[in-house]
Amino acid sequence: MKFRGLMYANLFRKKTRLILIVGCFASALFLFGVLAVVKKAFSGGVEIAGADRLLIINRTSIIQPLPLSYRERILKIPGVKQITYANWFGGVYQDERNFFPQIAVDVENERTVYPEIVVPDNQWQTFLKDRPGAIAGAATAKRFGWKVGDHIPIKGTFIPGVWDFNLDGIYHGSQKDFDETQFLFHWDYFEEKVPERFKGKVGWYVIRIANPEDAVRIIKAIDDEFSNSPYETRTDTEKSFAAGWVKQFGNIEFLVLTIGGVVFFTLLLVAGNTMAIAVRERTAEMAVLKAVGYSDRFVMLMVLLESLTIAAVGGIVGVALAKALTLLGNPLPNVLPMFYLPSMAVLSGLGIAVAIGAVSGIIPAVGAMRLRVVDALRRV
Amino acid sequence: MVRVDGRGQSSSLIQVRGLDKKYQRGSEEIHVLQGLNLDVEKGEFIAFMGPSGSGKTTLLNLLGGLDVPSAGTVTVAGDEITHMSRSVLTQWRARHVGFVFQMYNLIPVLTAYQNVELPLLLTKLSKTQRREHVETALNVVGLPDRMHHYPRQLSGGQEQRVAIARAIVSDPTFLLCDEPTGDLDRKSADEIMNLIEELVKQHGKTVLMVTHDPVVAQRAGTTLHLEKGALVGSTRGEEVTAGGRR
Repeated sequence: MKFRGLMYANLFRKKTRLILIVGCFASALFLFGVLAVVKKAFSGGVEIAGADRLLIINRTSIIQPLPLSYRERILKIPGVKQITYANWFGGVYQDERNFFPQIAVDVENERTVYPEIVVPDNQWQTFLKDRPGAIAGAATAKRFGWKVGDHIPIKGTFIPGVWDFNLDGIYHGSQKDFDETQFLFHWDYFEEKVPERFKGKVGWYVIRIANPEDAVRIIKAIDDEFSNSPYETRTDTEKSFAAGWVKQFGNIEFLVLTIGGVVFFTLLLVAGNTMAIAVRERTAEMAVLKAVGYSDRFVMLMVLLESLTIAAVGGIVGVALAKALTLLGNPLPNVLPMFYLPSMAVLSGLGIAVAIGAVSGIIPAVGAMRLRVVDALRRV
Repeated sequence: MVRVDGRGQSSSLIQVRGLDKKYQRGSEEIHVLQGLNLDVEKGEFIAFMGPSGSGKTTLLNLLGGLDVPSAGTVTVAGDEITHMSRSVLTQWRARHVGFVFQMYNLIPVLTAYQNVELPLLLTKLSKTQRREHVETALNVVGLPDRMHHYPRQLSGGQEQRVAIARAIVSDPTFLLCDEPTGDLDRKSADEIMNLIEELVKQHGKTVLMVTHDPVVAQRAGTTLHLEKGALVGSTRGEEVTAGGRR
């Protein structure tokens, strides 16, 4: 690349300006990366929610229970393949700030309905036989430094007393976005210790259906089955339920898009202005290049390549910083169940950076291309 | 021998016939050059003199293919350049013209070596061949020991030498010098003129130079005077018809 020296010299002619503009790109892309991480943390559950899974809760609110006796009636509805149920525990481990979801689950059917839960067989078998046993998600186990065999005391909140659990296993998600923060234990153990008024009640049911296209009919059939009863149901797809859960925090996607849009638009103006100034300062040099035989196209590409290089380097630095931040660990495990930069966000971030580089460089580049040697030299 | 009557031989290196250049400034039409004729043979050294606005630089720009005339033709080494497209003209300039400007116009972020190498990057020469050419050019201008200096580390005279090296490195058909000593003190100006003379006498270069300075113009073989866009006289006795027109 015999023009490398010329390109390199042009890029580095004003080092402070170069550092500042690369810094602008890096900051914007870093922010984009962090927003993508947050967005993913909130929407990850929605994206991987099974299309064949339906969630059944009390029509009044999720905090109101449903009778366990509904299980058999739900299973009889045509199209329902499998069912499991669970209760929210909501205990405190050491300190109230150490939040993670603790859920009493129907251990016999949990993994049939949630095949994403991956646990070594020996750990799962131990768990099945151990009534006060528990399985923790890898993220939570890592967060508190738990190992299989540890005793985990959790203080009940709405159910008083300290519950001592044996950590029998650690699960991973079969997909990257699967929530690895949950702490699962035996529903039977829960049922055994809860006060009389909670007995025979579950927090929610999750069913798998044979054909996702049948979902609307099955939802109606379930809700009709329990209408006009003391415990009416509200059935929804898991995806819709997860989306509704995310919406409780506000319209995260809109927020991310708005902030990202404003940042990138500002970056476009800054980069465009910088490139325009950089080219204007070199009017005479470009005229000389053309005088000695460099084509209009060469001069245009030179300016454009300069702009694209700045954008790409800034973009890579910004995305790398965002990636590095995720590698440091989740700073808000109570709020964000997952904390990683999705590959798609890396690619789209770099794509946006390069696009801004192209847009901000194209006007000065075309100006440089159209520059007439005679006019340019007269201006000097 | 320089002729300005339009009757030069067809074998002349540069032939200018009926060259006109007009500019539009608002509603006013300005005639910068009017029906100019010129024949220049290979190896000649011509200075153009005249008051500001007489059309000297415009003539140089037209001869160098940097601008297009309103009428008339410019033929260099058999190539009629006035009807070439912009891109063809650019390639033609790379092959045939070496430019030397009053303000040197070196690229400040490149070393002397890199500045001189610029025209060669457009050729198919290898890196080694380019190096040989650049070193030769810098030797000719007497700056072999300054090749890795940046323009800011050179004096005005040295910068102009580097600019001359850049102009000659690709061995162009002719050199166009626009006030090459205009920004230099007398001593440096003399050195630059010695160098240009040497290029003409020892290397057989054809040089067309614009200057305001009569001392500098005296160094040329022929000095042509321009006034209001027409050639009005010559210092070395060539016949100049009124207004340069036939």
